[in-house]
Amino acid sequence: MTQTGKQFKNGIIDQNPVLVLLLGMCPALATSSSMTDAAGMGFTTTAVLLCSGFTISALRKLIPEKIRIAAFTLIIAGFVTAADFLLQAYAPATADSLGIFIPLIVVNCLVFARAEVFAFRNGVVRSSLDGLAMGMGFLAALLAIAAIREMLSAGTLFDFRVLPESFPAVTIMAQPAGGFFAVGLVVAAMQLLKRKGKAGVSV
Amino acid sequence: MTLSALVNLSLGAILIENFVLVRFLGVCPFLGVSKKQDTALGMSLAVIFVMTMASAAAWAVEEFLLEPFEIGRLRTLAFVLIIAALVQLVELFMQKAAPALHKSLGIYLPLITTNCAVLGVALINSNSGTGFIESVLFAFMSGVGFMVALMLFSSIRARLEFSEHPEAFEGFPIALVTAGLLALAFMGFSTVEI
Repeated sequence: MTQTGKQFKNGIIDQNPVLVLLLGMCPALATSSSMTDAAGMGFTTTAVLLCSGFTISALRKLIPEKIRIAAFTLIIAGFVTAADFLLQAYAPATADSLGIFIPLIVVNCLVFARAEVFAFRNGVVRSSLDGLAMGMGFLAALLAIAAIREMLSAGTLFDFRVLPESFPAVTIMAQPAGGFFAVGLVVAAMQLLKRKGKAGVSV
Repeated sequence: MTLSALVNLSLGAILIENFVLVRFLGVCPFLGVSKKQDTALGMSLAVIFVMTMASAAAWAVEEFLLEPFEIGRLRTLAFVLIIAALVQLVELFMQKAAPALHKSLGIYLPLITTNCAVLGVALINSNSGTGFIESVLFAFMSGVGFMVALMLFSSIRARLEFSEHPEAFEGFPIALVTAGLLALAFMGFSTVEI
Protein backbone atom coordinates (compact mmCIF):
# COMPACT_ATOMS: atom_id res chain seq x y z
CA MET A 1 0.00 0.00 0.00
CA THR A 2 1.27 3.47 -0.79
CA GLN A 3 2.01 5.89 1.98
CA THR A 4 -1.02 8.04 1.17
CA GLY A 5 -3.27 5.00 1.27
CA LYS A 6 -1.77 4.03 4.61
CA GLN A 7 -2.41 7.50 6.00
CA PHE A 8 -6.07 7.32 5.03
CA LYS A 9 -6.52 3.80 6.40
CA ASN A 10 -4.87 4.98 9.59
CA GLY A 11 -7.19 8.00 9.93
CA ILE A 12 -10.40 6.23 9.06
CA ILE A 13 -9.92 2.80 10.65
CA ASP A 14 -6.80 2.03 12.71
CA GLN A 15 -6.68 5.35 14.55
CA ASN A 16 -10.18 6.64 14.02
CA PRO A 17 -10.27 9.82 16.12
CA VAL A 18 -13.67 9.21 17.70
CA LEU A 19 -13.99 5.44 17.81
CA VAL A 20 -10.42 4.45 18.69
CA LEU A 21 -8.64 7.50 20.09
CA LEU A 22 -11.84 8.78 21.75
CA LEU A 23 -11.10 12.41 20.88
CA GLY A 24 -13.80 14.95 20.13
CA MET A 25 -16.52 13.16 22.06
CA CYS A 26 -18.66 16.26 22.63
CA PRO A 27 -19.42 17.01 18.96
CA ALA A 28 -19.71 13.27 18.25
CA LEU A 29 -22.54 13.08 20.78
CA ALA A 30 -24.15 16.45 20.24
CA THR A 31 -24.30 16.68 16.46
CA SER A 32 -25.14 13.09 15.60
CA SER A 33 -28.91 13.05 16.04
CA SER A 34 -29.41 13.44 12.28
CA MET A 35 -27.30 12.60 9.21
CA THR A 36 -27.54 16.19 7.93
CA ASP A 37 -26.08 17.62 11.15
CA ALA A 38 -23.40 14.94 11.27
CA ALA A 39 -22.34 15.63 7.67
CA GLY A 40 -22.24 19.39 8.32
CA MET A 41 -20.10 18.97 11.43
CA GLY A 42 -17.85 16.36 9.81
CA PHE A 43 -17.11 18.45 6.73
CA THR A 44 -16.55 21.64 8.72
CA THR A 45 -14.11 19.89 11.06
CA THR A 46 -12.35 18.31 8.08
CA ALA A 47 -11.91 21.72 6.47
CA VAL A 48 -10.47 23.16 9.69
CA LEU A 49 -8.13 20.16 10.12
CA LEU A 50 -6.92 20.44 6.53
CA CYS A 51 -6.30 24.20 6.68
CA SER A 52 -4.69 24.18 10.12
CA GLY A 53 -2.53 21.15 9.21
CA PHE A 54 -1.29 22.96 6.11
CA THR A 55 -0.65 26.28 7.87
CA ILE A 56 1.00 24.90 10.99
CA SER A 57 3.23 22.65 8.94
CA ALA A 58 4.21 25.52 6.63
CA LEU A 59 5.05 27.74 9.63
CA ARG A 60 6.65 25.03 11.78
CA LYS A 61 10.19 26.39 11.37
CA LEU A 62 9.08 29.91 12.32
CA ILE A 63 7.09 29.01 15.44
CA PRO A 64 9.28 28.84 18.55
CA GLU A 65 8.90 25.57 20.46
CA LYS A 66 7.93 27.31 23.70
CA ILE A 67 4.93 29.23 22.44
CA ARG A 68 3.70 26.62 19.98
CA ILE A 69 0.48 25.89 21.88
CA ALA A 70 -0.51 29.58 21.81
CA ALA A 71 0.39 29.75 18.12
CA PHE A 72 -1.70 26.65 17.34
CA THR A 73 -4.62 28.19 19.22
CA LEU A 74 -4.44 31.39 17.18
CA ILE A 75 -4.18 29.59 13.84
CA ILE A 76 -6.98 27.13 14.61
CA ALA A 77 -9.25 29.84 16.05
CA GLY A 78 -8.74 31.89 12.88
CA PHE A 79 -9.88 29.05 10.63
CA VAL A 80 -12.79 28.18 12.91
CA THR A 81 -14.01 31.78 12.88
CA ALA A 82 -13.79 31.80 9.08
CA ALA A 83 -15.69 28.51 8.88
CA ASP A 84 -18.34 29.87 11.25
CA PHE A 85 -18.98 32.95 9.11
CA LEU A 86 -18.88 31.00 5.82
CA LEU A 87 -21.50 28.60 7.15
CA GLN A 88 -23.69 31.44 8.40
CA ALA A 89 -23.53 33.05 4.96
CA TYR A 90 -23.91 30.03 2.67
CA ALA A 91 -25.60 27.37 4.81
CA PRO A 92 -27.59 29.24 7.47
CA ALA A 93 -29.78 26.22 8.25
CA THR A 94 -26.75 24.05 9.07
CA ALA A 95 -25.14 26.86 11.06
CA ASP A 96 -28.37 27.21 13.06
CA SER A 97 -28.73 23.56 13.96
CA LEU A 98 -25.05 23.13 14.86
CA GLY A 99 -25.15 26.28 17.01
CA ILE A 100 -22.25 26.78 19.40
CA PHE A 101 -20.64 23.52 18.33
CA ILE A 102 -19.09 25.30 15.34
CA PRO A 103 -17.07 27.79 17.44
CA LEU A 104 -16.37 24.93 19.84
CA ILE A 105 -14.25 23.21 17.16
CA VAL A 106 -11.49 25.47 18.55
CA VAL A 107 -11.27 23.32 21.67
CA ASN A 108 -11.77 20.00 19.90
CA CYS A 109 -8.86 17.92 21.20
CA LEU A 110 -8.59 16.24 17.81
CA VAL A 111 -7.50 19.40 16.00
CA PHE A 112 -4.92 20.18 18.71
CA ALA A 113 -3.65 16.63 18.86
CA ARG A 114 -2.97 16.50 15.11
CA ALA A 115 -1.24 19.89 15.19
CA GLU A 116 1.03 18.82 18.03
CA VAL A 117 1.67 15.22 16.99
CA PHE A 118 1.77 15.50 13.22
CA ALA A 119 1.68 18.91 11.55
CA PHE A 120 4.41 20.42 13.73
CA ARG A 121 6.83 17.64 12.79
CA ASN A 122 6.05 16.80 9.16
CA GLY A 123 6.09 18.37 5.70
CA VAL A 124 3.30 20.43 4.18
CA VAL A 125 1.89 17.79 1.81
CA ARG A 126 1.87 14.99 4.37
CA SER A 127 0.37 17.23 7.06
CA SER A 128 -2.44 18.37 4.77
CA LEU A 129 -3.15 14.75 3.85
CA ASP A 130 -3.10 13.83 7.53
CA GLY A 131 -5.66 16.55 8.26
CA LEU A 132 -7.83 15.29 5.44
CA ALA A 133 -7.52 11.64 6.53
CA MET A 134 -8.29 12.38 10.19
CA GLY A 135 -11.20 14.59 9.14
CA MET A 136 -12.57 11.78 7.00
CA GLY A 137 -12.27 9.43 9.96
CA PHE A 138 -14.16 11.91 12.13
CA LEU A 139 -16.82 12.29 9.44
CA ALA A 140 -17.16 8.52 9.00
CA ALA A 141 -17.58 8.01 12.74
CA LEU A 142 -20.19 10.78 12.99
CA LEU A 143 -22.13 9.36 10.04
CA ALA A 144 -22.06 5.84 11.52
CA ILE A 145 -23.40 7.12 14.84
CA ALA A 146 -25.97 9.36 13.15
CA ALA A 147 -27.15 6.53 10.89
CA ILE A 148 -28.07 4.44 13.93
CA ARG A 149 -29.73 7.35 15.70
CA GLU A 150 -31.71 8.77 12.78
CA MET A 151 -32.81 5.37 11.48
CA LEU A 152 -34.11 4.22 14.86
CA SER A 153 -35.66 7.51 15.96
CA ALA A 154 -37.30 8.62 12.70
CA GLY A 155 -36.86 5.74 10.24
CA THR A 156 -35.06 8.05 7.81
CA LEU A 157 -31.55 8.74 6.49
CA PHE A 158 -30.85 12.30 5.30
CA ASP A 159 -34.65 12.75 5.65
CA PHE A 160 -35.32 9.97 3.09
CA ARG A 161 -37.54 7.23 4.48
CA VAL A 162 -35.69 3.90 4.68
CA LEU A 163 -37.73 1.99 7.22
CA PRO A 164 -41.47 1.38 6.72
CA GLU A 165 -43.88 3.72 8.56
CA SER A 166 -45.09 0.78 10.62
CA PHE A 167 -41.64 0.42 12.21
CA PRO A 168 -41.96 1.74 15.77
CA ALA A 169 -39.95 4.93 16.27
CA VAL A 170 -37.48 4.71 19.14
CA THR A 171 -37.59 8.42 19.94
CA ILE A 172 -35.11 8.01 22.78
CA MET A 173 -32.33 7.64 20.20
CA ALA A 174 -32.77 11.26 19.16
CA GLN A 175 -32.43 12.36 22.81
CA PRO A 176 -29.14 12.88 24.68
CA ALA A 177 -29.38 9.45 26.31
CA GLY A 178 -29.61 7.81 22.88
CA GLY A 179 -26.45 9.60 21.86
CA PHE A 180 -24.47 7.89 24.61
CA PHE A 181 -26.01 4.52 23.74
CA ALA A 182 -25.25 4.84 20.03
CA VAL A 183 -21.63 5.90 20.58
CA GLY A 184 -21.17 3.09 23.11
CA LEU A 185 -22.49 0.53 20.62
CA VAL A 186 -20.31 1.76 17.75
CA VAL A 187 -17.16 1.82 19.91
CA ALA A 188 -18.00 -1.70 21.15
CA ALA A 189 -18.44 -2.89 17.55
CA MET A 190 -15.05 -1.39 16.70
CA GLN A 191 -13.38 -3.21 19.62
CA LEU A 192 -15.05 -6.45 18.56
CA LEU A 193 -13.76 -6.09 15.00
CA LYS A 194 -10.25 -5.40 16.27
CA ARG A 195 -10.32 -8.46 18.47
CA LYS A 196 -11.56 -10.63 15.60
CA GLY A 197 -8.84 -9.24 13.35
CA LYS A 198 -6.17 -10.12 15.87
CA ALA A 199 -7.52 -13.63 16.49
CA GLY A 200 -7.85 -14.52 12.82
CA VAL A 201 -5.40 -14.04 9.99
CA SER A 202 -3.03 -11.18 10.70
CA VAL A 203 -4.22 -8.06 8.93
CA MET B 1 -32.40 39.41 41.06
CA THR B 2 -35.24 37.85 43.03
CA LEU B 3 -34.95 34.64 44.96
CA SER B 4 -37.31 32.75 42.67
CA ALA B 5 -35.31 33.76 39.61
CA LEU B 6 -32.19 32.52 41.35
CA VAL B 7 -33.82 29.17 42.13
CA ASN B 8 -35.04 28.87 38.52
CA LEU B 9 -31.60 29.58 37.14
CA SER B 10 -29.90 27.12 39.49
CA LEU B 11 -32.32 24.25 38.96
CA GLY B 12 -32.25 24.88 35.23
CA ALA B 13 -28.48 24.78 35.00
CA ILE B 14 -27.95 21.85 37.38
CA LEU B 15 -30.80 19.48 36.58
CA ILE B 16 -32.92 20.40 33.58
CA GLU B 17 -30.21 21.54 31.19
CA ASN B 18 -27.32 19.66 32.76
CA PHE B 19 -24.15 20.65 30.96
CA VAL B 20 -22.78 17.16 30.49
CA LEU B 21 -25.82 14.94 30.21
CA VAL B 22 -28.19 17.20 28.28
CA ARG B 23 -26.06 19.77 26.48
CA PHE B 24 -23.08 17.48 25.80
CA LEU B 25 -20.47 19.97 26.91
CA GLY B 26 -17.43 18.75 28.83
CA VAL B 27 -17.88 15.10 27.93
CA CYS B 28 -14.12 14.49 27.52
CA PRO B 29 -13.19 15.15 31.18
CA PHE B 30 -16.48 13.51 32.19
CA LEU B 31 -15.28 10.25 30.62
CA GLY B 32 -11.59 10.83 31.25
CA VAL B 33 -11.33 11.55 34.97
CA SER B 34 -14.33 9.67 36.33
CA LYS B 35 -12.42 6.52 37.24
CA LYS B 36 -11.55 7.68 40.74
CA GLN B 37 -13.79 9.70 43.00
CA ASP B 38 -11.15 11.93 44.54
CA THR B 39 -9.73 13.03 41.17
CA ALA B 40 -13.30 13.58 39.97
CA LEU B 41 -13.88 15.91 42.90
CA GLY B 42 -10.65 17.81 42.26
CA MET B 43 -11.45 18.21 38.58
CA SER B 44 -15.00 19.41 39.31
CA LEU B 45 -13.78 22.05 41.77
CA ALA B 46 -11.19 23.31 39.29
CA VAL B 47 -13.80 23.44 36.51
CA ILE B 48 -16.31 25.35 38.66
CA PHE B 49 -13.64 27.87 39.56
CA VAL B 50 -12.36 28.40 36.02
CA MET B 51 -15.86 28.50 34.50
CA THR B 52 -16.98 31.21 36.90
CA MET B 53 -13.85 33.32 36.44
CA ALA B 54 -13.80 32.82 32.66
CA SER B 55 -17.39 33.88 32.18
CA ALA B 56 -16.80 37.01 34.27
CA ALA B 57 -13.70 37.87 32.22
CA ALA B 58 -15.42 37.03 28.93
CA TRP B 59 -18.37 39.25 29.80
CA ALA B 60 -16.06 42.17 30.62
CA VAL B 61 -14.00 41.75 27.46
CA GLU B 62 -17.08 41.55 25.28
CA GLU B 63 -18.74 44.57 26.93
CA PHE B 64 -15.74 46.88 27.11
CA LEU B 65 -13.52 45.72 24.25
CA LEU B 66 -15.29 43.77 21.52
CA GLU B 67 -18.49 45.80 21.34
CA PRO B 68 -17.13 49.38 21.56
CA PHE B 69 -14.58 48.60 18.83
CA GLU B 70 -17.07 46.53 16.78
CA ILE B 71 -14.82 43.51 16.54
CA GLY B 72 -17.43 40.97 17.63
CA ARG B 73 -16.19 38.62 14.92
CA LEU B 74 -13.06 38.00 16.99
CA ARG B 75 -15.22 36.67 19.82
CA THR B 76 -14.16 33.02 19.59
CA LEU B 77 -10.50 33.95 19.38
CA ALA B 78 -10.73 36.39 22.30
CA PHE B 79 -12.55 33.89 24.52
CA VAL B 80 -10.05 31.11 23.86
CA LEU B 81 -7.16 33.42 24.72
CA ILE B 82 -8.92 34.61 27.90
CA ILE B 83 -9.46 31.04 29.04
CA ALA B 84 -5.89 29.97 28.27
CA ALA B 85 -4.45 32.99 30.07
CA LEU B 86 -6.79 32.56 33.02
CA VAL B 87 -5.88 28.92 33.48
CA GLN B 88 -2.19 29.88 33.49
CA LEU B 89 -2.84 32.64 36.04
CA VAL B 90 -4.88 30.38 38.27
CA GLU B 91 -2.13 27.81 38.15
CA LEU B 92 0.60 30.30 39.07
CA PHE B 93 -1.53 31.79 41.84
CA MET B 94 -2.39 28.41 43.32
CA GLN B 95 1.22 27.30 43.26
CA LYS B 96 2.06 30.22 45.56
CA ALA B 97 -1.09 30.59 47.63
CA ALA B 98 -2.42 27.07 47.99
CA PRO B 99 0.32 24.56 47.16
CA ALA B 100 -1.63 21.65 48.65
CA LEU B 101 -4.66 22.29 46.46
CA HIS B 102 -2.42 22.85 43.45
CA LYS B 103 -0.72 19.54 44.00
CA SER B 104 -3.97 17.65 44.31
CA LEU B 105 -5.35 19.18 41.09
CA GLY B 106 -2.10 18.40 39.30
CA ILE B 107 -2.47 17.95 35.56
CA TYR B 108 -6.19 18.71 35.56
CA LEU B 109 -5.64 22.45 35.67
CA PRO B 110 -3.94 22.86 32.26
CA LEU B 111 -6.40 20.38 30.76
CA ILE B 112 -9.29 22.73 31.52
CA THR B 113 -8.18 24.98 28.66
CA THR B 114 -9.51 22.44 26.18
CA ASN B 115 -12.65 21.66 28.17
CA CYS B 116 -15.47 22.72 25.88
CA ALA B 117 -17.73 23.42 28.85
CA VAL B 118 -15.69 26.52 29.73
CA LEU B 119 -15.75 28.04 26.26
CA GLY B 120 -19.32 26.79 25.89
CA VAL B 121 -20.61 28.70 28.90
CA ALA B 122 -18.95 31.91 27.68
CA LEU B 123 -20.50 31.49 24.23
CA ILE B 124 -23.95 30.66 25.60
CA ASN B 125 -23.83 33.76 27.82
CA SER B 126 -22.70 35.91 24.93
CA ASN B 127 -25.42 34.52 22.63
CA SER B 128 -28.18 35.13 25.13
CA GLY B 129 -26.83 38.58 26.05
CA THR B 130 -27.36 38.26 29.79
CA GLY B 131 -26.08 40.77 32.34
CA PHE B 132 -22.96 40.37 34.46
CA ILE B 133 -24.47 38.87 37.61
CA GLU B 134 -26.68 36.47 35.70
CA SER B 135 -23.81 35.34 33.47
CA VAL B 136 -21.51 34.60 36.38
CA LEU B 137 -24.25 32.83 38.34
CA PHE B 138 -25.18 30.74 35.31
CA ALA B 139 -21.54 29.74 34.84
CA PHE B 140 -21.18 28.82 38.52
CA MET B 141 -24.38 26.76 38.54
CA SER B 142 -23.44 25.02 35.29
CA GLY B 143 -20.15 24.11 36.93
CA VAL B 144 -22.07 22.66 39.86
CA GLY B 145 -24.13 20.69 37.32
CA PHE B 146 -20.90 19.33 35.88
CA MET B 147 -19.81 18.32 39.37
CA VAL B 148 -23.11 16.58 40.13
CA ALA B 149 -22.91 14.56 36.90
CA LEU B 150 -19.24 13.73 37.36
CA MET B 151 -19.61 12.64 41.01
CA LEU B 152 -22.66 10.47 40.25
CA PHE B 153 -20.90 8.90 37.28
CA SER B 154 -17.63 8.22 39.09
CA SER B 155 -19.39 6.46 41.93
CA ILE B 156 -21.22 4.24 39.44
CA ARG B 157 -18.00 3.57 37.55
CA ALA B 158 -16.24 2.44 40.71
CA ARG B 159 -18.73 -0.43 40.82
CA LEU B 160 -18.45 -1.19 37.12
CA GLU B 161 -14.86 -2.28 37.67
CA PHE B 162 -16.03 -5.40 39.44
CA SER B 163 -19.05 -6.20 37.31
CA GLU B 164 -19.12 -8.63 34.43
CA HIS B 165 -19.96 -7.41 30.95
CA PRO B 166 -19.46 -8.60 27.36
CA GLU B 167 -15.84 -8.55 26.24
CA ALA B 168 -16.42 -6.05 23.43
CA PHE B 169 -17.86 -3.56 25.93
CA GLU B 170 -14.71 -3.58 28.08
CA GLY B 171 -13.56 -0.09 29.04
CA PHE B 172 -15.13 2.88 27.30
CA PRO B 173 -18.22 1.34 25.65
CA ILE B 174 -19.71 0.17 28.94
CA ALA B 175 -18.93 3.58 30.46
CA LEU B 176 -20.77 5.25 27.58
CA VAL B 177 -23.81 3.03 27.98
CA THR B 178 -23.79 3.78 31.71
CA ALA B 179 -23.61 7.50 30.96
CA GLY B 180 -26.60 6.97 28.67
CA LEU B 181 -28.58 5.48 31.55
CA LEU B 182 -27.63 8.45 33.71
CA ALA B 183 -28.74 10.82 30.93
CA LEU B 184 -32.00 8.89 30.79
CA ALA B 185 -32.53 9.62 34.47
CA PHE B 186 -31.84 13.32 33.90
CA MET B 187 -34.40 13.36 31.06
CA GLY B 188 -37.01 13.00 33.77
CA PHE B 189 -36.20 16.55 34.89
CA SER B 190 -36.90 17.98 31.44
CA THR B 191 -40.63 17.92 32.10
CA VAL B 192 -40.28 19.84 35.37
CA GLU B 193 -41.85 23.25 35.04
CA ILE B 194 -40.36 26.09 36.98
